[in-house]
Amino acid sequence: MTAGKRLCALLTGVALFACVVDAQSTINGAGATFPYPIYSKWFAEYNKLKSNVQINYQSIGSGGGIRQLTNQTVFFGATDGPMTPEQMQGAPGKILHLPTVLGAVVPIYNLPGTSGEIKFNGPVLADIFLGKIAKWDDPAIAKLNSGMKLPSTDITVVHRSDGSGTSYIWVDYLAKVSPEWLKKVGVATSVNWPVGLGGKGNEGVSGLVQQTPGSIGYVELIYALQNKIAYGSVQNAEGEFVRATIQAVTAAAGAAVKNMPKDFRVSITNAPGKGVYPISSFTWILLYENPKDKAQSKVMVDFMKWALTDGQKFAGDLGYAPLPAEIVKLEMDALSTIKVS
Amino acid sequence: MSTSSSSNDLRFRLGTGLVALSLVLLVAAIGFELLRQSQLSIAKFGLSFWINDVWDPVSGEFGARPFIWGTLYSSVLALALATPIALGIAIFLSELCPNSLRQPLTFLTELLAAIPSIVYGLWGIFVLVPAVRAFESSLPAALRSLPFFSGPPVGVGMLSAVLILAIMVIPFISSVAREVLKAVPMSQREAAYALGATQWEAIRAALYYGRTGIVGAIMLGFGRALGETMAVTMVIGNNPQISLSLFAPQYTMAAVLANEFTEAADELYLDALIEVGLVLFVITLFVNAGSRVLIWRMNRTATVRTAPPVVAAPLGDPA
Repeated sequence: MTAGKRLCALLTGVALFACVVDAQSTINGAGATFPYPIYSKWFAEYNKLKSNVQINYQSIGSGGGIRQLTNQTVFFGATDGPMTPEQMQGAPGKILHLPTVLGAVVPIYNLPGTSGEIKFNGPVLADIFLGKIAKWDDPAIAKLNSGMKLPSTDITVVHRSDGSGTSYIWVDYLAKVSPEWLKKVGVATSVNWPVGLGGKGNEGVSGLVQQTPGSIGYVELIYALQNKIAYGSVQNAEGEFVRATIQAVTAAAGAAVKNMPKDFRVSITNAPGKGVYPISSFTWILLYENPKDKAQSKVMVDFMKWALTDGQKFAGDLGYAPLPAEIVKLEMDALSTIKVS
Repeated sequence: MSTSSSSNDLRFRLGTGLVALSLVLLVAAIGFELLRQSQLSIAKFGLSFWINDVWDPVSGEFGARPFIWGTLYSSVLALALATPIALGIAIFLSELCPNSLRQPLTFLTELLAAIPSIVYGLWGIFVLVPAVRAFESSLPAALRSLPFFSGPPVGVGMLSAVLILAIMVIPFISSVAREVLKAVPMSQREAAYALGATQWEAIRAALYYGRTGIVGAIMLGFGRALGETMAVTMVIGNNPQISLSLFAPQYTMAAVLANEFTEAADELYLDALIEVGLVLFVITLFVNAGSRVLIWRMNRTATVRTAPPVVAAPLGDPA
């Protein structure tokens, strides 16, 4: 008798458990590593609000995210560089790009014997990374930094060795300000670097720069802020020298609103406007406009609406710039075109 | 009784045979899959993939020669550095070490093998690379003009990679070599001593007896060095160039895979990366086959020349 009762209780328990599992909706996504900290924060916070929604995200890189989304092994993807037209054509359905937050990339350097921050502009950065400017006291650098005594040290260029959205933003900027860069090297998450050492990840690049006198590299703004690494200011399209801050990055997006294409696939490096930091970029979540699973789609769209409004307040603390209100409004319209149950 | 035990034997034999076969199938499947997934790149570049020096993901031109060079150069140098040290450790631990020290020392060398390679990499960036840079800067100009030491002293580069690889393969070689020496029958050493051999000569006799195992241990270390990824990519500088210089930043096959695979969204690019994996697979296969051939030939010559020369020498010496 007792055994029978026990079995009965067990079965009831299993049935209840199955019931709970059923009501839970789990969504899987994969992609860029750059926005991973804010995304995981969002998914955790959203789970507190709606305990039945569980969103899993694997930060396997933008390329991997696009591949998995194209193969429909994940529900959403995430990328730091917009998909190319060929990649869009290769997908089984129409994919929407939805900007979530903004990030920026800053030049870091190690030049003993100098005090104060070094000013750069686009052509100088491009020529340094092309190997054409090889010494710190080159007239081109000296011209931007009048009054600063620059040593005649050799420049050691440090770049990312791993394919990364950070490199994408950096070379996208260099290609916009230097025709030679565009022609010789081009824009991608990994390029054939003309000169320099490759460091793995932000920590690899900053480690090499901090140890190598005379070196210059680039890291994400968040990384520089969190690790208190000094970085240089960069001249924007208006001719102002701007030090990257969260406000200056949001300003870059604000300046882009006027010319925002409907699909949000836009590069905002070297954007025009006062106070704009020129090496800024969106990071995007990728969603199918007409996904197979309409129930999941409903949950995901609700989440996106939350992330673009209430969720934005978490961005600043993690070193990301929040989206300007105008862009959020445009994205809300785009979200309403996604088919849901 | 006897029928049931023989059928048990048969089942056991089939079972273990199946497990062994599955391993062979797994290797074949890996090779097949690498070949299948790199079709685009193989079709486009053919054999020039092995000899082209340009690796440009933007223009879609891919050649693996700098990576092949970097992998082989770093592994061979690391092995040349690690083998004498590892054999020294193995000989000391199995032949000369006082009993009270043996356990702790064995434990410590094996602990080296248990450290994750990312930890080696971080240690490399923060400790080894600055030390290497200081060493490189202090080298006299006369030496710096040699092709082996040319280039600016930046610390990251081939030398750092070789040193870190050597440290990483030492525990593998030494622990296998120690096991090999332990398996050499005591009678071998006793026979050598009985013939008047010194301790050194007796150890040489034991080494000669275990030579195939020791070659196997070195080859295991070589295989490990070829495939080591994370620690190497953190200190080698990741610059695809072919240079004899130990100071030059270079690149390995495993490192380029680890660095670029995640962000490769373009089909040809992805196929080229998988072909790099295929090249690494083929080279590893050849290294292993080569070591088998070496061991086989050593065994064959051993049957011709029955007595090792080191023991034969005291034989002929009447003193």
